[in-house]
Amino acid sequence: MKYIDEYRDKAKVLALVEQINQLSKHPMRIMEVCGGHTMAIQRFGIPSLLPPTIELVSGPGCPVCVTSRAYIDQAIAYSRLPNVIITTYGDLIRVPGSTSTLDKEKAAGADIRIVYSILDALEIAKHNRRKKVVFLGIGFETTSPGSAAGILKAEMAGLFNFSVYSAHKIMPPPMAALIDAGVNIQGYLGPGHVSTITGSHIYDFIAEKYGLGVVISGFEPVDVLQSVLMLVKQYENRRPAVEIQYTRAVKPEGNTKALAMLDEVFELSDDWWRGLGVLPRSGMKIKEKYSRFDTEKQLEVTVEPTREDRGCICGTVLKGLAKPADCKLFGKACTPSDPVGACMVSNEGACAAYYRYRQV
Amino acid sequence: MKSKTILLGHGSGGRLSHELITSIFVRHFGNPILNQQGDAAVFAIEQGALAFTTDSYVVDPIFFPGADIGKLAVAGTVNDLSVSGAQPLYLSAGFIIEEGLEVALLEKVVESMATEAKKAGIYIVTGDTKVVDRGKCDKLFINTAGVGMVKPGYEQLQSGKFIQPGDKIIINGAIGDHGMAVMSARNQLNIQSQLQSDCASLNGLINELDQHREHIHFMRDATRGGLGTVLAELCDKRPFGVNIEEEAIPVHEGVRGMCELLGFDPLYVANEGKVVLVVGAAATDQIVDIMRMHPLGKEAFVIGEISQDHPGKCWLQTAIGGNRIVDMLAGEQLPRIC
Repeated sequence: MKYIDEYRDKAKVLALVEQINQLSKHPMRIMEVCGGHTMAIQRFGIPSLLPPTIELVSGPGCPVCVTSRAYIDQAIAYSRLPNVIITTYGDLIRVPGSTSTLDKEKAAGADIRIVYSILDALEIAKHNRRKKVVFLGIGFETTSPGSAAGILKAEMAGLFNFSVYSAHKIMPPPMAALIDAGVNIQGYLGPGHVSTITGSHIYDFIAEKYGLGVVISGFEPVDVLQSVLMLVKQYENRRPAVEIQYTRAVKPEGNTKALAMLDEVFELSDDWWRGLGVLPRSGMKIKEKYSRFDTEKQLEVTVEPTREDRGCICGTVLKGLAKPADCKLFGKACTPSDPVGACMVSNEGACAAYYRYRQV
Repeated sequence: MKSKTILLGHGSGGRLSHELITSIFVRHFGNPILNQQGDAAVFAIEQGALAFTTDSYVVDPIFFPGADIGKLAVAGTVNDLSVSGAQPLYLSAGFIIEEGLEVALLEKVVESMATEAKKAGIYIVTGDTKVVDRGKCDKLFINTAGVGMVKPGYEQLQSGKFIQPGDKIIINGAIGDHGMAVMSARNQLNIQSQLQSDCASLNGLINELDQHREHIHFMRDATRGGLGTVLAELCDKRPFGVNIEEEAIPVHEGVRGMCELLGFDPLYVANEGKVVLVVGAAATDQIVDIMRMHPLGKEAFVIGEISQDHPGKCWLQTAIGGNRIVDMLAGEQLPRIC
């Protein structure tokens, strides 16, 4: 497959591993903050190729995982309202709320539909004018421009029965919060898809203020190893910087059109992150101007009190302080078919990735 | 048939049922045993061991590139018998039909079952029809059960007790075609592709290998759960492990592309015409050669071997030389694919 095979070339991989082996002298923990990276690293068995000096740890890069349980509870409460259709990406459907899941509500009769794009949700709104169609907007800048575009489209088409329940978030605040919390990391593997939208400048302060390197990486083995090599070089030479390895997709200035759309529809607000708590200006709230499309402004619900599960260490895993296997529930009480925590549900969750692609 | 759509009365056991049975089922399936039309099919068997299996088919959509629910319902049950070392003989067919289904669609499915039964050399000897209210099932569900005579020398095949370190693991072709063909047919995805389900009865291919039966230590068809699940089950709680090379596993380009796009692992995508064999090392080349002469084995490859290291675990060497463990599929990658 073009654009894939050349990035999975064994000879290139081995040459990169050899260079990393030669250059890496000091122990270094590198955190990936994108679920796509977690999955790729595990799937290709990359840890088994790296020298003992380098440890890869997963951070808060899986949108479903960092979303609060209160959000799920509220989504469930919306689904129980009469004449409401919930539309959602598939990975949210099995995430445990305090006492239920969207999956269970669907089985009990709620109208919950899995969509592959917000455009499908708009179609549903078009054909069900008498019902209120709620789209569950979660994710970072990879999905938030879609939500913004959806809202703008709904306004143009006069689809006032459509709204977005936003838990969209942005990436830099948790990256800073982890360093502030004293998590032991020496470099970030920067998120490839998020950066396609945002560009690379949003990470500049990590290198400048915190002295940590950020290399924005692609998702194939050659990409990841090349990025690791770039981070090792930076670290060994004590020259932290923001660099782009994934140049075939990411430009320093990002996608200005998408950014303008985000700016039109959303504004920053304080938001809650699993494992990290409330981070200032880390969430994306729908602007007052578009409150007609803001589910929270349009639908009133009573939400049950949130209860967190005992024993689940999702939050600690998301901070890179523990590996999935350190959790007592991992692979026993908590599996992808019967998940306790969100990290085991999402395809991009660290626990799911470690479970599916266990390393030898 | 007078009615163009299936009515609740077609499942009532009365005149409409009779019309449906004679003008659709008996007409297409007709054979000496079915034609007796008793309450049960009666047939004589030789001495030996019988293999008996059942499976229900609820695939959505009921027609997809390369096959349909009818072909699947015959081939799936034939394959379960075949990989148990049995010669498939007779099938039953139970139909649960949603009120309002077009008779023409039902007939197309029944025709497809008849064609596949003929191809596999088996008879459909008994059946049942129920019609349920609109919305109580999705168009058409089919259950088939099958019996076959276990071929001499294969009595212990299913236990896997002859598997030993050094044995080679063979698959008869590329993985993931069925799951991705069904996926591409789901119109909500809007994916155009050239993918075809691999759905096929494997008894012909497996019969070709009978001359080497003493070297065949295990067989399993890799259906739901995919090749990955078969390999993980193969060594689960056993005193040996499995080593697999990702590069050796055939995957068609279209399947690879679609898996990349959807985030699926081909190892866990369903097949409906793939058999995994564990064979003695000495006979491996001959067995692969024979398989490649058969239309369903043209892309047969040795993909790994049984190892005395890491007992109970399946290790995969990834295409870039890394190593990881292959476990059974947890949860579903895709619902209702068979």
